[in-house]
Amino acid sequence: MKGDSSLTTGPALRAILPALLLLVLGACKQPPDEVVTTQSSAEERGRVAIKQVGCGACHEIRGIDWPRGRAGPSLIGFDDKTPIAGELANTPAALAAFIRNAPAVVPGSTMPPMPVTEREARDIAAYLYSRQDD
Amino acid sequence: MFEALWGWPPPVLDPAGPYASSVTTLTWVLVAMAVVVTAIVVVALWVAVKGPPHLKSKLGGERTIWIGGIAFPGVVLTALLVWGLTLTASLSHDITGSEMRIRVTGEMWWFRVEYLDAAGNVILEDANEIHLPVGRPVVLELRSADVIHSFWVPHLSGKKDMIPGRTNLLRIQADRAGEFGGICAEYCGGPHALMGFAAIARPPAEWSQWMRSQRLAAAGPARGLADDPGRQLFMASGCGACHRVAGTLANGEAGPDLTRIGSRLTLGAGILPNNRGTLMGWIGGAQSIKPGNRMPGYSMLSPAELEQIAVWLEQQK
Repeated sequence: MKGDSSLTTGPALRAILPALLLLVLGACKQPPDEVVTTQSSAEERGRVAIKQVGCGACHEIRGIDWPRGRAGPSLIGFDDKTPIAGELANTPAALAAFIRNAPAVVPGSTMPPMPVTEREARDIAAYLYSRQDD
Repeated sequence: MFEALWGWPPPVLDPAGPYASSVTTLTWVLVAMAVVVTAIVVVALWVAVKGPPHLKSKLGGERTIWIGGIAFPGVVLTALLVWGLTLTASLSHDITGSEMRIRVTGEMWWFRVEYLDAAGNVILEDANEIHLPVGRPVVLELRSADVIHSFWVPHLSGKKDMIPGRTNLLRIQADRAGEFGGICAEYCGGPHALMGFAAIARPPAEWSQWMRSQRLAAAGPARGLADDPGRQLFMASGCGACHRVAGTLANGEAGPDLTRIGSRLTLGAGILPNNRGTLMGWIGGAQSIKPGNRMPGYSMLSPAELEQIAVWLEQQK
């Protein structure tokens, strides 16, 4: 009888072991996804360009810890804000043009033209649009 | 911090001149020696624990101790010491006085730069940027206006402290043209980590040309029209109390000299790229960018006014 019971519990335990393991693992909360990793290379290039040209001197930008200047509006949750500078359709193409030469696109804008190439401007726009606000 | 400009951390093993390269060579040789010695120790340990008996008895013998424990380290360390001292002898060569001199003063939290002539007179004032001719040794007179700072351009030299009431001399030389980031390497309070500068090396002819044009410009006529709105705002906002712009009434000495700010690579002491946007951001909110620094944020100025000042400053070259 003893031998029999150990024979039956063995396989049974083996059967429920994976389930137990899953249960234990499931109890571990995944770390919050605070550091957002950008998948697309355009977004990553945009992030690098933002740092290089110093957009943070005036704007608070998600994913850029420093600097977080306050001379310009915060760009966190940028994709919710419409329209750009009060009068421009909030689209990536319009944003890229605005970044390159704001006063030409929106006359009277106080944002100066930024020394970026057309491609960098598109990458920066891609980055800013990739930041979905929670 | 310098991520945007020269990469961070500074490339400490990428020498661009003789005074940095001897130290780098020594570093690599010491690392290689450490690897070899560690390997020998690991092999000896293996022999002592698991090796064949005849090797074990040899390892425990008196002969091994004389050779491996006394002769080997004695010879190797002596050779390394002599070689290392010879290699780095140039670092402590006497300064003859015939070298070109630049005085760099550590301030909270930026670097004052003064170019000196042979007699020690200041011929050009600048800030946060050091222009060097390629291939010529330059002696830096390192001083401090307040606390202990430390001067370090990893590409060009070792660190040297800037101490109040004392002048430390440091010889540097760049053997290739380029822009090299420098930092304060000694904690000096508040925004210490945001205290940097740029060392810019150019071929000698180009450098001489630059120096001539700078001296002419600094001594030249008034900069910008008197009715330039940016210039008027700069004066009316009191910027001249702390900043000097040669050729204007602005003659403050407390902050960095802005005579050639339009041609500088950086703003805020090496921390931001210099463009109109960052200029406006810095003037309008210097405290949000570099908390604790001595420039107040001029948030009372409208963005349009910030831009006018920035446009005028951009013209100061």
